[in-house]
Amino acid sequence: MTKKILILLFILIPIKANALIEVDITRGNLNPLPLAVSPLSIDEESRKGFEKILKKENIGSEISNIVENNLRTSGLFNPLDKKAFLQAPDIANLKPRFEDWNLIKAQALITGKVNYVDDKLRVEFRLWDVLAAKEMMALAFTTVPNNWRRVGHIISDKVYERLTGEKGYFDTRIIYVSEEGPKTQRIKKLAIMDQDGANNKFLTLGNELVLTPRFNPASQMVTYLSYFKNMPRVYLLDIETGTQEVVGDFPGMTFAPRFSPDGKKIIMSFAKDGKSDIYTMDLENRIVEKITNHPSIDTSPSYSPNGKYITFNSDRSGYQQIYVMKNDGSDVKRISFGNGLYGTPVWSPRGDLIAFTKLHKGKFYIGVMRTDGSGERLLTENYYQEAPSWSPNGRVLIFYRETKTNSKGEGFSAKLWSIDLTGYNERQIKTPTDASDPSWSSLLSN
Amino acid sequence: MRLNKILKNTLLVLTACLVLSACATKKEVATDIQGQMQGDVYTGTDTVEYLADGVPDRVFFATNESILTTASRETLRAQAAWLRKNPSINVVLEGHADERGTREYNLALGERRANAAKDYLMTYGISSDRITVLSYGKERPVDSGSNPLAWSKNRRSVTVKAN
Repeated sequence: MTKKILILLFILIPIKANALIEVDITRGNLNPLPLAVSPLSIDEESRKGFEKILKKENIGSEISNIVENNLRTSGLFNPLDKKAFLQAPDIANLKPRFEDWNLIKAQALITGKVNYVDDKLRVEFRLWDVLAAKEMMALAFTTVPNNWRRVGHIISDKVYERLTGEKGYFDTRIIYVSEEGPKTQRIKKLAIMDQDGANNKFLTLGNELVLTPRFNPASQMVTYLSYFKNMPRVYLLDIETGTQEVVGDFPGMTFAPRFSPDGKKIIMSFAKDGKSDIYTMDLENRIVEKITNHPSIDTSPSYSPNGKYITFNSDRSGYQQIYVMKNDGSDVKRISFGNGLYGTPVWSPRGDLIAFTKLHKGKFYIGVMRTDGSGERLLTENYYQEAPSWSPNGRVLIFYRETKTNSKGEGFSAKLWSIDLTGYNERQIKTPTDASDPSWSSLLSN
Repeated sequence: MRLNKILKNTLLVLTACLVLSACATKKEVATDIQGQMQGDVYTGTDTVEYLADGVPDRVFFATNESILTTASRETLRAQAAWLRKNPSINVVLEGHADERGTREYNLALGERRANAAKDYLMTYGISSDRITVLSYGKERPVDSGSNPLAWSKNRRSVTVKAN
């Protein structure tokens, strides 16, 4: 399924190292950078060629729409209205008339060209600094035509990286649980889609309850909880082959699985006799290790990116709180001390923060704290929301939110939302059905 | 002034009527809740089914708790007596949580609740071989409401015949 299609990428002109425009992503998006995404130019012959294969009238415009949409939803950029553009796409790509772009207040400009060459899609694009009247970057890709959406995402990532100094997160996918039916009898299926909601696909049929899917670091495997044969167990699914196998076949319920950062182990909870402890299983030799041993509920484990530490939640203090320990289970330290209950800790891919769900006075919050528990910051408050998952660059969190029902118990919905680490740019991510338990993949083209 | 006053009074009467009609249903619900909950443990019979005459199938819990109340223990003793009389019947104890918690913690909490019921059945002579525990966390509420009464019905352990 993940088409490991060769994307040839080469640099047309060496990137100049001098600092031009820069976007500071550590602050809120109060002033998104105005930029112009000129439609990728396309000659008539190529246009017809792609129209035939892809059923898209103008693939150049389609790709630039993807770029524009990605940059807009990041909250850091403000793509300007194409109607105001004075220069034609083909000419702009050769040599922009910077005065024209300056006139419409664009600070950056993206131009490009699409060609149909030997049944392949060839895309080149350039990023220009309008004020400095300079080219910032020029790249070209060759790939199979079906990959056109990914080309749009890769261009977005390159632009994001060049302008912010940090890796992007657009060429990524989200795995989640699709939900349908009444609240008392929800039908749940594993589903996967591109980060922007395109290419949605269901991975299970909905015959059994499935929960909490999470990607491995290579984003080709998923570990999740399935109630197959009414036995809640941790499973492993290979997205490319569709092969499923049980990995948590313990004498009781296994749940809350996640991969270790090297992808070699699964960490999960095992519930027995009213206690839930944390275990790991080595996927190669199937050796199981018990990591916590406490009569309380220990669950929702998540590794630090270097694999040396584990954060989890436990009610050993009497209430659900967040803890950090070494990967062998030693040195357990409680890190959450604020008012309320804390759950679902997830370590940031940058290593410096832990995102969590907090329940306080009947409200649910998504927040972040440093790994020693200091600097707690609540990003969003709602009736019900939980289970944050990080974008691969550690700048955005995706989570799910459920609505309150009315007095007749009607009006329930579950949707995916994202929010920036800054607490700005909260957005709903559209899904064909209701959705929960999102997990963000790593960057697919790395 | 006078007219104003009259108008005001009519308005008052009108609103009073409206409030009253709304109150009629509201009041019912209020007494309902009082009659159906003790602390925040459900004590009603709305959702309860029976394994046999006088043998209720479920017990209820307080928020975040897995402690069995006096009423729950009575229910479980009735279940144990019925299971002793029917030695060929095995049961699944299905543990549940309300929607006011994180999914993973609730799975563990449901398991803990069902186990509290299992332990009690075992002290009354039911072999653990006859009991399977299954947690649904917050996944299978009986009441889809978003209010304390609905949540109290959902915090439960249900004994289900396995064969």
